[in-house]
Amino acid sequence: MTTVENNAPAQEIGRDRRRKEDRRLITGRTRWTDNQALTGLLHLSIVRSPFAHAEIGSIDTSAAKQIPGVVAVYTASDIGADAVQLPCAWPITKDMKSPQRPALAGSRVNFAGEGVAVVVARSAAAAKDAAELVEVDYTELEPVLDMEEALKEGATLVHPELGTNENAQWVFDSGEAGSGGSATEALSAAEKADDQVVITRRFRQQRLVPVFMEPRSTVVDPSGEQLVMWSSTQVPHILKTMLALTLGLPEHKIRVIAPDVGGGFGGKIAVAPEEVVTLLVAQKLGKPVKWTETRSESLLTAHHGRDQIQDISMAVTKDGIIKGLDVKLLADMGAYLGLVGPGVPILGAFMFNAIYKIPAYRFDCTNVFTTKTLTDAYRGAGRPEATFGIERMMDEVAVELGLEPMEFRKKNWIKHEEFPFTTVSTLTYDTGNYEAATDQAMQMFDYDGLRREQEERRKRGDVKQLGLGISTFTEMCGLAPSRVLGSLDYGAGGWETASIRMLPTGKAEVVVGVSPHGQGHETAFSQIIADKLGVPFEDVEILHGDTQSSYRGLDTYGSRSLAVGGIAMVKAAEKVVAKAKPIAAHMLEASEDDIEFTAGKFSVKGTDKGVGIQDVALAVFAAHDYPEGIEPDIDAHATFDPENFSYPHGTHLCAVEVDTETGFVQLHKYVCVDDVGTVINPLIVEGQIHGGLAQGIAQALFEEAPYDESGTLLSGTLVDYTLPSAADLINFDTANTSTPSTTNPLGVKGVGEAGTIASTPAVVNAVLDAVRQYGVSDIDMPTTPFRVWTAINSAKGTAGRADEADVASPGAGLGSTAKDMPEGGNL
Amino acid sequence: MIPASFDYVRPTSVAEAVQALADGGDDAKILAGGQSFIPVLRLRMGDPSLVVDLGGIAELRGVREEGDKIVVGAMTTHHDVTRDDLLNQHVKLISEATKTVADFQVRHRGTLGGALAHADPAGDLAAPALALDAEFVIAGANGERTVAAGDFFEDYFTTAIGPQEILTAIRFPKYTGWGARYEKFNRVAQAWSIVAVAATVKVEGGTITDARIGLTNMAGTPVRARGVESALVGQTMSEETVRAAAQAAAEGTSPTSDADAGSDYREHLAKVLTGRAVLAAAG
Repeated sequence: MTTVENNAPAQEIGRDRRRKEDRRLITGRTRWTDNQALTGLLHLSIVRSPFAHAEIGSIDTSAAKQIPGVVAVYTASDIGADAVQLPCAWPITKDMKSPQRPALAGSRVNFAGEGVAVVVARSAAAAKDAAELVEVDYTELEPVLDMEEALKEGATLVHPELGTNENAQWVFDSGEAGSGGSATEALSAAEKADDQVVITRRFRQQRLVPVFMEPRSTVVDPSGEQLVMWSSTQVPHILKTMLALTLGLPEHKIRVIAPDVGGGFGGKIAVAPEEVVTLLVAQKLGKPVKWTETRSESLLTAHHGRDQIQDISMAVTKDGIIKGLDVKLLADMGAYLGLVGPGVPILGAFMFNAIYKIPAYRFDCTNVFTTKTLTDAYRGAGRPEATFGIERMMDEVAVELGLEPMEFRKKNWIKHEEFPFTTVSTLTYDTGNYEAATDQAMQMFDYDGLRREQEERRKRGDVKQLGLGISTFTEMCGLAPSRVLGSLDYGAGGWETASIRMLPTGKAEVVVGVSPHGQGHETAFSQIIADKLGVPFEDVEILHGDTQSSYRGLDTYGSRSLAVGGIAMVKAAEKVVAKAKPIAAHMLEASEDDIEFTAGKFSVKGTDKGVGIQDVALAVFAAHDYPEGIEPDIDAHATFDPENFSYPHGTHLCAVEVDTETGFVQLHKYVCVDDVGTVINPLIVEGQIHGGLAQGIAQALFEEAPYDESGTLLSGTLVDYTLPSAADLINFDTANTSTPSTTNPLGVKGVGEAGTIASTPAVVNAVLDAVRQYGVSDIDMPTTPFRVWTAINSAKGTAGRADEADVASPGAGLGSTAKDMPEGGNL
Repeated sequence: MIPASFDYVRPTSVAEAVQALADGGDDAKILAGGQSFIPVLRLRMGDPSLVVDLGGIAELRGVREEGDKIVVGAMTTHHDVTRDDLLNQHVKLISEATKTVADFQVRHRGTLGGALAHADPAGDLAAPALALDAEFVIAGANGERTVAAGDFFEDYFTTAIGPQEILTAIRFPKYTGWGARYEKFNRVAQAWSIVAVAATVKVEGGTITDARIGLTNMAGTPVRARGVESALVGQTMSEETVRAAAQAAAEGTSPTSDADAGSDYREHLAKVLTGRAVLAAAG
């Protein structure tokens, strides 16, 4: 028993602590999946189809088997990989068309890069050498590449057995839902009214690749009682359950470990065919097996993101009041349905109305199969698409009406005093203050000053013209209330769990169900626990990513780790304190009613007597003296199911310089003021915003995964898939306003996706703002120099892929388009 | 990276290297800095039987002055080129262009000789070498020979270096006091050039007295913009003069079309970038 001293630790929540996980991550001392070295480990190389759509004839593995070190070469049927049905957890409609998705293709390949055979060898080099010798006899079929063509009568079918290329149609109509009027009626009324107009636009969301830093890797060890899978995944818990359901394995005989994972951005939310192949081979041989992909394999076969055609119509009064919004989407699923693929565009259904009061809204999405790599979640998943659609539309309508684009937004957005606000798409936004974030952003940006400079440059006819772009966004994250997911036919809940283990020496192990892959959870979560238990930050360890220690969880995506997982931690901490309190009272020989808990200490009211929670942990470990009728244990476990999403919002302002002679777009200034509620660690929040901005800006200016007319991906290396580096970006001016969420006890909102969701339309709006003066009406993303120049110099004032040569540029891994390599010469 | 298997030798002299190439036959390949060869191996676009690594030959590194020439050993890294005082003083164009190659890590590995011998049309060092009238010293079984820049670049990835020869050095005339600019146009900092212009000019008393201009990625080989050069020489230096002269930049070029640029856009860029390069060089 100790006397309480007044040495309460400083508040941890709100401190900009450096991330404690960075030392091992940055110095490379951690063990990634590919670093797992097991005795007798065998290596895989997967033989992949070069064709987008083809019947598989005979497969000759004899030459491959002759390579020294090769243990086996399997076709799909040899290991039952063709009979597997990889799971899709989100059947968005009752009659959704769902093709069988095998782990390896048996009789037909449906996208270039699909696996058809696998080589097992004692070294990765031998496996790769042998894979090149597997001879597959293909009969090519017509590829299916264009979504609109694919839906036409008589189109070639990706999966003839489905009878259609349409996966599903999903509709929300506020008139039918009772949350607003009929958008169809609002549009037709506007067309007849003298004081209203209907404005229609088509936008294209190009196909993107998540490009996580660590390529995917899986190791399976079948030799123990539990089969152990290490995998570079965002979703170890979902993976474990899905492996059980998909392969008929007893769930308690599987252990999944996601060790440190080097990025995901949604790209590692999957039950990947390669994970299943690795498992099947390990089971067949009874030996540990590893598969690690190359970067090109990753670009070609890990799921892609976005790829939508958006047809949007807005009815608006001539003085700028929105009367109705109609959204029609075509969403490219690729060749198969991923784990949550069909639901990704549906996550956007609730966000096209954004921060605006729109009285009538209709959302009609058709998902389409093509012979391309499948699409699924990518940072923001559905919400960047929606935000782009509405924020581009706000600028387009403002131009048509001759209104200042920010003034048009102000006329329509939800005012601070109107919160909580239930939207036309049925969500209830708990808190927000669009005025405060916008005012601060406009001031930081010097909006008026830049508008003056823009005018001056126009008058002078400068080669470099200025453009200003706005994005006033919100998003729904913190996935998700389980009942809401149920109503959307999603295959799981949205709760999260945490357990706290108080060790004899008073240290705390916190086991979480979320699964970090670069976000800094260990640091931010330790800060929360330090405050809630009143223990030093250094005394907290966050354990994650191993289903043996963390047996219950729903993993990390949708900006849920803090807004859902963090709350489970708070609830668990409250239980620890509640369990420790009677024991502390017993130790202090006082009534429990007289005990108060502050900053890690239980003390007797009105006295200087007290005991620390860490001392209670030791006392229950010894268990020599504790009250009758309670267990000697202060560990606790909690599950939190959110009652609502969280709704971060912000105002993003972008200025670009467009070189009118070359079409080059240079970022000039970027300001964002984001409201993410309570901030646990400002440094991590700023890092998340910066990374998110880089990814969102990259969609606007740099990234695209195009296919040629035969269905070959043209961006198969990082030379062809254009990623920006720090050299291509500018200093971001970021700030936060805060209206704490009222739907969780920490007041937090998600931040992981905000920057990506918000930034893309701000940049494209800025580019168009610079060049509209030349008659330019639209430029497809990414707004490359070639496209910008073409738009300025073409009569129709638009530019996109249709105008361009269908060849990769530059060539695979090299500078030139010429594919032939030289004979001789220094390289 | 898992390349196909190959034999590997690391000679310590040019003579040994030439012998190794002769012994290795047609499928022997030379490894210089690996800037392009390593990706070729990684992607299995090449399948050499033997790799002759020039990294152990000390005599191939370094920059020296030989009379009225600056001689650069073929294995001198890009990083060393950018830091070299002799080059900065006398052959500034090659220093300027080299600063734009790839990124820091690659510039510490990649070499001037390797880049020139690879002869990628989108590579950044061939056009300056052509503009500067460089000479290429090539060693083979019969000793050394020297090839002028105009004869060195033959086609896409093809040079005058024979299958069993090695580029050992590049000789540059001195351009002391000339202004220089490498105007590179690409989508992101680490990307290859869509088009680039290498310009070095001599301005005396407000008059352009001499000019050398080379174009990157406007044909299978680097192209000398002689029409622009002759239009500039003797003119009074002014933005108007330069921009007018630059209109001749696309003459004699045959640029390709790809997703980053159509051939007409490349021709347009060549004119715009030539104007900018000359103005900056003269500035």
